[in-house]
Amino acid sequence: MSPALASVAAPVPAEHHARLTGVTRVFGARKGTGVHALGPVDLDLNRGEFFSVVGPSGCGKSTLLDVLAGLSSPTAGTAEFEGKPINGVPAGVGVVFQEDASFPWLSVEDNVAFGLRRSGVDAAEVARRVDYAIGFMGLKDFSKAYPAQLSGGMRQRVCIARTLVMQPRLILLDEPFGALDQQTRLLMGDELLRLWRETGATVLLITHALDEAAMLSDRVGVMSARPGLFIDVLETGWPRDRDSRIVSHPRFGELTAHLWDKLRAESLKHLRGS
Amino acid sequence: MASAPATPAPAAVAVPTASPATLLRLVVIVAAVGALEIACRVGWVPMTIVLPPSVMAESLWQLLLSGSHTRDIVVSFSNVAAAASLAVVLGFLIGAILHTLPPVRGAVEPLLASYYAVPTFMFYPVFIILFGVGSGAIIAIAVLLAIVAMITATLNGIDRIPLVLGKTARMMRMGPIERALKISLPAALPYLFTGVKLSVAYAFIGVIASEFILSGAGIGHAIAYAYNNFDNRTMYGLMLLIVLAVTVINAVLDTIDRRLQARLRR
Ligand SMILES: Nc1ncnc2c1ncn2[C@@H]1O[C@H](COP(=O)(O)OP(=O)(O)O)[C@@H](O)[C@H]1O
Ligand SMILES: [Mg+2]
Repeated sequence: MSPALASVAAPVPAEHHARLTGVTRVFGARKGTGVHALGPVDLDLNRGEFFSVVGPSGCGKSTLLDVLAGLSSPTAGTAEFEGKPINGVPAGVGVVFQEDASFPWLSVEDNVAFGLRRSGVDAAEVARRVDYAIGFMGLKDFSKAYPAQLSGGMRQRVCIARTLVMQPRLILLDEPFGALDQQTRLLMGDELLRLWRETGATVLLITHALDEAAMLSDRVGVMSARPGLFIDVLETGWPRDRDSRIVSHPRFGELTAHLWDKLRAESLKHLRGS
Repeated sequence: MASAPATPAPAAVAVPTASPATLLRLVVIVAAVGALEIACRVGWVPMTIVLPPSVMAESLWQLLLSGSHTRDIVVSFSNVAAAASLAVVLGFLIGAILHTLPPVRGAVEPLLASYYAVPTFMFYPVFIILFGVGSGAIIAIAVLLAIVAMITATLNGIDRIPLVLGKTARMMRMGPIERALKISLPAALPYLFTGVKLSVAYAFIGVIASEFILSGAGIGHAIAYAYNNFDNRTMYGLMLLIVLAVTVINAVLDTIDRRLQARLRR
């Protein structure tokens, strides 16, 4: 057993941070021939937990994230954040999108500072937080560089840093490491865990990598093919101070195998285009 | 961060060294000018038709020193500046408004696409009737020539703003004006600048060409006047002036353009 697993999982306070109840999303419903993208989905995110969502592509994962972020309202059902219905983008929620959202006209530093500067935080505090976030994401040597000079993975880190400095209480990440190679992905996973522990934020991570979900999460929600439903929610039981070294733990293999077991049939459905 | 993956150094900022292509281009230009000089001097080309480049340069130098055409030069360049500015501002506004009205855009876009098939200059009598002979008519024709390039560039630029940047603006809870100024405008700028570059080029064509027919002043008028009076020295001096001015302005715009495009290399 690896030393990281010696301690027992930190008890997660079962306080609802965000909640979806019967959330459904149909695109183009008014035109009659709507695309039923999602739901009905029920989801309770506990405060401070690390929740991952896995599912075949096109099953509505990004749609689910948009609802939680307040970027689109559900066709049916209700979405809540910190006890209040989500109506527009709630304060305290930060998103890292699937696509590269860095601002190409700003340096890394200015990208990261962008949100803070317009929120009226004083300059010294902006500089302090930006410095910290840039260091945290390993961008120190690139703070004056422009996104066009960086690799895709580094641009995604700029976006994570830009979200991080706003100190969100709920962080939503949509396949942020999709473009990275396996080794870098594992290391970025460690950074994400460190970020999660240090900020105490609630994290919802969407990923297509089962091993990533198994390694990083407190709980993993498995979605069916479109229209996406949660067909299983798996508790991993990892301790809070885990890192990528748990891949050598037998339970990691079991968790990953269990996820694949649940997903195989759904992925086949997607593959056959049904 | 201790466990950071190895990261490459940022791409070195391009040092402006002369590439082989640039050198070759320079050689070709120098050779062509040299050949013309020799051809004129030896007498293969009669001086009554083309002057040697050295004489053109000398003539330009003298006409700048004597101030004989200062007024024409000032008139032409202010007309170009006015026409280009008007075309850029109006073209941008029309493009931005069209973009918010997809049905209108759908109707108008095919017309814009075939716009440059119309020889705009044929409308010059209309402009004389509307604006009289002088700067008004000239600027109007040049704007008409340039504005569609700016409208098209604006539509293209707004189209190309990545959707995810709009989502990001919404996550930051920006209002429409802040979003337009801080996100949409800088994101579309490289494409808008293509419109600016074209507008300046079209404004030059529009102004100089209109001055031949519509004006009693300006470089175009002065070239026509010199031609009618068999004044080859003035004619070629002024032509050289325009070639040099357009080359310099275009080089400056190109440099800005390349900087803006470099941001987009994703
Ligand atoms: N704006 C939209 N209009 C119509 N259909 C959409 C829209 N956005 C997503 N969809 C459809 O909804 C389904 C779910 O999309 P998405 O949430 O992006 O899936 P995922 O992120 O799981 O790959 C897909 O079939 C997609 O084509
Ligand atoms: Mg997606």
